[in-house]
Amino acid sequence: MSKQRVIVIGGGLAGLAATMKMAELGMSVLLISFQPVKRSHSVCAQGGINGAVNIKGEGDSPDIHFYDTVKGGDFLAHQPLCKDMCHHAPYIINLMDRLGVTFNRTAEGNLDFRRFGGTLYHRTAFAGATTGQQLLYALDEQVRHYEVQGLVEKMEWHEYLGAVLNNDGRCVGAVIHNLRSGEIRSEKGDAVILATGGPGMVYGRSTNSMVCTGTATTSAYLQGAKYGNGEFIQIHPSAIPGRDKLRLMSESARGEGGRVWVPRKAGDARTPKQIPEKERFYFLEERYPLFGNLVPRDVGAREIYDICVNDGLGVNGEMKVYLDLTHHTREFLDKRLGGILEIYEKFTGVDPREEPMEIFPAVHYSMGGIWTDYTRTEEGLIDHQSPQNQMTSITGLYAAGEADYQYHGGNRLGANSLLSCIYTGLMMSPGVVNYVNNVPEAAEDVPENVYTEASKNWQNKYSEIKKMSGNENPYALHRELAEQMISNVLIVRENSKLEATLDKIDEFEARWQNIKCVDTTDWSNPVPSFVNQLWNMIQLSKIIAKGALLRDEFRGSHYKPEFDLNQPGDFKPETYLEFEEQKTAGQLNESAFAPAHLDYMKRFSANNKKWLKTTIATYKAGTSGSAGGPEISYEEVDESLIAPRPRKYD
Amino acid sequence: MPDTVTFKIKRQDSESSKSYWETFVIPYIPNSNVISCLMDIQANPENSKGEQVTPVVWECNCLEEVCGSCTMVINGKVRQSCSALVDQLEKPITLEPMSKFPVVRDLAVDRSRMFAALKKVKAWVTADGYHDLGPGDRLPPNHQEVAYKLSECMTCGCCVEACPQYNLENNFVGAAAISQSRLFNMHPTAKNIADERLDTLMQEGGIADCGNAQNCVEACPKSIPLTESIAEMGRQVSGKLWRNIFKA
Ligand SMILES: Cc1cc2nc3c(=O)[nH]c(=O)nc-3n(C[C@H](O)[C@H](O)[C@H](O)COP(=O)(O)OP(=O)(O)OC[C@H]3O[C@@H](n4cnc5c(N)ncnc54)[C@H](O)[C@@H]3O)c2cc1C
Ligand code: SF4
Ligand code: SF4
Ligand code: FES
Repeated sequence: MSKQRVIVIGGGLAGLAATMKMAELGMSVLLISFQPVKRSHSVCAQGGINGAVNIKGEGDSPDIHFYDTVKGGDFLAHQPLCKDMCHHAPYIINLMDRLGVTFNRTAEGNLDFRRFGGTLYHRTAFAGATTGQQLLYALDEQVRHYEVQGLVEKMEWHEYLGAVLNNDGRCVGAVIHNLRSGEIRSEKGDAVILATGGPGMVYGRSTNSMVCTGTATTSAYLQGAKYGNGEFIQIHPSAIPGRDKLRLMSESARGEGGRVWVPRKAGDARTPKQIPEKERFYFLEERYPLFGNLVPRDVGAREIYDICVNDGLGVNGEMKVYLDLTHHTREFLDKRLGGILEIYEKFTGVDPREEPMEIFPAVHYSMGGIWTDYTRTEEGLIDHQSPQNQMTSITGLYAAGEADYQYHGGNRLGANSLLSCIYTGLMMSPGVVNYVNNVPEAAEDVPENVYTEASKNWQNKYSEIKKMSGNENPYALHRELAEQMISNVLIVRENSKLEATLDKIDEFEARWQNIKCVDTTDWSNPVPSFVNQLWNMIQLSKIIAKGALLRDEFRGSHYKPEFDLNQPGDFKPETYLEFEEQKTAGQLNESAFAPAHLDYMKRFSANNKKWLKTTIATYKAGTSGSAGGPEISYEEVDESLIAPRPRKYD
Repeated sequence: MPDTVTFKIKRQDSESSKSYWETFVIPYIPNSNVISCLMDIQANPENSKGEQVTPVVWECNCLEEVCGSCTMVINGKVRQSCSALVDQLEKPITLEPMSKFPVVRDLAVDRSRMFAALKKVKAWVTADGYHDLGPGDRLPPNHQEVAYKLSECMTCGCCVEACPQYNLENNFVGAAAISQSRLFNMHPTAKNIADERLDTLMQEGGIADCGNAQNCVEACPKSIPLTESIAEMGRQVSGKLWRNIFKA
């Protein structure tokens, strides 16, 4: 057993998968988490996990899964990673089955699969309506076993504050904060993995859990790590309105036949059941005959926005539509969707087996995250031994799961996140172990003062926070930030509003200085942490808003009507491949294309040339007085395996 | 509609300090649950006497009754605070920490004993490795239905809070851990170490501590059939006892 160790921050699916795999490889792991890892946000995932196992004999394959993923992401995802992930997906599902996940079964006893958005295949394995919970528990159990065997040490109720960097800027440990005693100290680690999940709390109310503040990744950004594609925030079409949280109504409800509709008559005051079939507008089915209710999320969210805001057809004139499952029997619904229907019933008091649900779009997932690297092979797969895999731009600091940025491009397909989380955790582990075995200087041998300095720095910051005695309540200020983001950096983005938002964020930043730390005690006091997290959320909201402002195009979840290329209704994406082929061969025959198509393709091609790039935010410290902010640049995307083309789902 | 809601909250500043009650009167907002009200208190931590006090400390994460964090005793009944809708609760609303665990602060308690119990009953599959070993066993759908129900346990603590046999002084593993041992003893490969789980349940703090009061099953928010699990594990333990006698 090596004396060296890796620190994993976060015990969601990604963190636990990495911990378990590294322990298998004999590496000691210190697992640090905000709360008991079994309570991580991953438990919220309902619908399922994708893998082209082709149980239904539909001819599905990992390559089709790969294609759907890249197309779903509007070609902004890194293709070798997606390809490697999709090719490992059937194995990952089998592995999770072996580890005890109670996946639903077919009559013959095989794993059952359902449909999800953005694909035409039954590719999503599921365990009732709590797939994320079940996957997380299986990994949690493996890690608990390693804990008993002494390879894994868990520190729950600890918060990651920042990386410890040695004089060469290499990460050699982490500064952590004991959330009970309040103690701040440094832990040595030869590598540190941030598996800290997404940042939904920047928007206040979202489908995310309370700890999803993005604070750990933002801290890495503030220490110099690059942040990728921040502006790509997924809005899920179907959430349940709520005061504290916008609880998700999983895409699986539509995967199992749920139909989305609004009354054809604006402001129809009748109850949904009083509205006869022909007076219902099944707008997704009508507008997208092929994918219907299972269009990808970016498309679904925009259509709901359009029908409610532009057509004024929302239920009761509000931003709400019906999601209807009442054509199924209770028995069917309880078996396939029990858990999520219970959530709806519990929190709204309405039985969705009897009444159509009322749903609306909500912030759900961040495609963007901390920038990470990888090493590809000739065949366009990933070299699993490479220490570069999942490494951030800070040597020795890694990221995995929703915290990273490279798998989902401009829009994530449903049920691909659980996959990417487990995949990254497993895939990166051999490379991290290789890195640790070859570090120039083991953490053990790094001079002690590197650690004491880092701790002292954070101890000072926290004691400053505790002394804050202004008149802003941090929780109230957070609500304001969230309102601003929800109003202006959501589905439809306009440059004037984004500019105003950036000014507003600066204002919040100034008001942050005037916070009152409403609890200054030493024991189990969450307030100073929250004040620090709020600072990070303000910094992260700048990354999101500035990235959105500068990206003058419409791609995936990032919709700017002003820059919509307006694909002609009768256009076929294959035409574009032909066009590109002719162009590359130097024999473009313009007259072979309809003029409107030709014009569109030229615009599409020019737009890709300019914008088919990763947004990179790098922190630039402010000059005296100002706090600094993101500098935005752009990087090439590996698109060598599937040629980018216009998306189409009808 | 009332204009305000009154909360009586049992608070405690640290593990060893004495508890005290504090009252908060907050504006009534439709569709609130207990957690959204605790958040309102955070945003304006003023008690009913008009004093600025520290915000109440509690645990939560998912806000949709699936992580198990936010368990507390609400109007005398143990349950999740995220799914406790204010409109359905009698007023004033009283909040207390669970009594079967050491209090950390206010409504937050230390449930590490429950996680330790999962170690005791070896609640895991012993895997040969995480490389590609092909698919797991085929299993009939009705096996999945039973196992799925058991595996929904979110270690929330309602069952043990309600159990007359579980207390701060003894070392009873509690209904949740017993039910988990049933789950793993029915798994096609985890059952390879079924006997080791039964050994744990035969020791002090094991299944013999259960007095069959059945409070646990009533309290479980996930409707896990705990008494069925206890009965099943009771049978497995007696079976093992008999086998031990014949071996001797
Ligand atoms: C309601 C909902 C339903 C979903 N359904 C699906 C689905 O059906 N299929 C699918 O593929 N995806 C789904 N997703 C997305 C998916 O669940 C998440 O993207 C995924 O679970 C993220 O896992 P993770 O391991 O990256 O992070 P998380 O599970 O979020 O874990 C993060 C971990 O980091 C810790 N942490 C964070 N910050 C710190 C810090 N500063 N210090 C210490 N620890 C810290 C936390 O305690 C936690 O342990 C859903 C998401 C939501 C919100
Ligand atoms: S049956 Fe009674 S004694 Fe046994 S675990 Fe349940 S509540 Fe406790
Ligand atoms: S068995 Fe039920 S009550 Fe007990 S911990 Fe599990 S979910 Fe909670
Ligand atoms: S917050 Fe997760 S169960 Fe209530």
